[in-house]
Amino acid sequence: MAEYMILICEDENGYATAGPQVWQQAMEAHTRFAQQVEEKGGKVVSGNALQPTSTATSIRGDVVTDGPFAETKEALGGYYLIEARDLDHALDIAKLCPAPFGGVEVRPVMDLSG
Amino acid sequence: MNTGRRQDPAAAVADAHRREWAFVLAATARVAGDIDLAEECVQDAYVAALDAWSRQGVPRNPGAWLTTTARRRAIDARRRDRTLRGKLPLLVEPDPPVAGSAPPQPPSGEDDVIPDDRLRLVFTCCHPALAREAQVALTLRLVCGLTTTEIAQAFLVAEPTMAARVTRAKKKISAARIAYRVPGAAELPDRLDAVLTVVHLLYTTGHMAPAGTDVVRADLVERALDLARMLHSLMPDEREVRGLLALLLLTDARRATRADGDGRLLLLAEQDRSRWDRAAIAEGMAMVPGALRGGRPGRFAVQAAIAALHAEAPSYDETDWRQIVQLYDTLLTVWTSPVVALNRAVALAMAEGPAAGLVQIEELEQDGRLADYRYLPAAKADLLRRLGRREEAARDYRTALALAENAAERDFLARRIAEVCGHA
Repeated sequence: MAEYMILICEDENGYATAGPQVWQQAMEAHTRFAQQVEEKGGKVVSGNALQPTSTATSIRGDVVTDGPFAETKEALGGYYLIEARDLDHALDIAKLCPAPFGGVEVRPVMDLSG
Repeated sequence: MNTGRRQDPAAAVADAHRREWAFVLAATARVAGDIDLAEECVQDAYVAALDAWSRQGVPRNPGAWLTTTARRRAIDARRRDRTLRGKLPLLVEPDPPVAGSAPPQPPSGEDDVIPDDRLRLVFTCCHPALAREAQVALTLRLVCGLTTTEIAQAFLVAEPTMAARVTRAKKKISAARIAYRVPGAAELPDRLDAVLTVVHLLYTTGHMAPAGTDVVRADLVERALDLARMLHSLMPDEREVRGLLALLLLTDARRATRADGDGRLLLLAEQDRSRWDRAAIAEGMAMVPGALRGGRPGRFAVQAAIAALHAEAPSYDETDWRQIVQLYDTLLTVWTSPVVALNRAVALAMAEGPAAGLVQIEELEQDGRLADYRYLPAAKADLLRRLGRREEAARDYRTALALAENAAERDFLARRIAEVCGHA
């Protein structure tokens, strides 16, 4: 098994304007996702939702600035670290990851043990 | 060619490079566990073959000789350098129970029983996680054994650019763990479509080189045909593979007539049909029914059926254009492409007259998706010319000329402009 990071990139305004019901649905979808990963034979190592980019602070060199590192329409809003057999397996799992206002990016975690 | 007579070893090596490269590399990748190492060992094996075959004669089965040699080298290299395994390994899985397409593997253990891993290699090269241009480059490099220089030349790309593309793709296969395997039944249709698309793209790139002076870049065309034949031999029950091979054979049968003695492009209507390759046509035609039968036909099968109607028509005017229009309608249901719609409009113009086709082309023009597609203004200009609307025709021929890069095409369009302007 290898580790993959599923980066959830979404338009933050989507949740902000959609109201609490959509947020509730998304939370339920994520709970379901955790079960589906197990069913698919993968494993969630960890996962978290992030506070919006308005709460971000960036540091370049020793200069501290308000805001995210790069301003993009779809920002990193959460992640899962999963275990999967190979890329096909990881993609199979990531396709189930809820991201109603954007999409997900799958990145293999670098193995530094060797 | 193995009749026991003494062969020229250099020619035998060249022949084995062409025929056996994919088999040798695919089988070596499995034991090497690393694509770069496998390639290196296979190249070494070909070099060793030149020497050994000069001294001992060409072996009865050159592919097996090369594979055994390359695999031994790979095993030795791995023993010598155990840290290699820690680098970026190719994810080689034990044989999974695969869709009915792959033949059962013979029991291994014997040195001379080598599993045919060519499908694994092809599906790995054409994995959807790789960009199309990377899929194409990797297929030529790993499955066809072309050098990076040759691939760069074929696609008119600077060599360092192509080298970087190949390296990046190989690295992604290892780092992201793209498995070296044939996809399971559920994924197979989509994954196979990607493979066939790559082979078709190779063919069309060679068939109508996007720029430069040769109308046909013969080598790419041959490679695409080789690949289609290989896929058909490995997956004989896949209808779309059959459809693609039929399409390529039927299209390629016209190769010798696509340009005149001066390299000038000749349209289907102008080609000397007596010089079409009848053997290729017969082979392609025989495959079309099997590609169409058994459920909804795929896009390659339908295109092959269209090519078959052209191939059997005694002349351009006597072509069964109505049936071709119907086949394009079928094609649009499985492949909603504006290019298909444009081809349908051209066929419709033949079946019902240029005015009917022109209406369709004007609709496509409004649609805008073909704004940079040179064949749209060229086709439109042709219909305007046939309707006697010469000034409008000249304008659209000029639009097409501005978009065309191939010298033969440019020359053709320039002649048409002169013709409609009355200078011919």
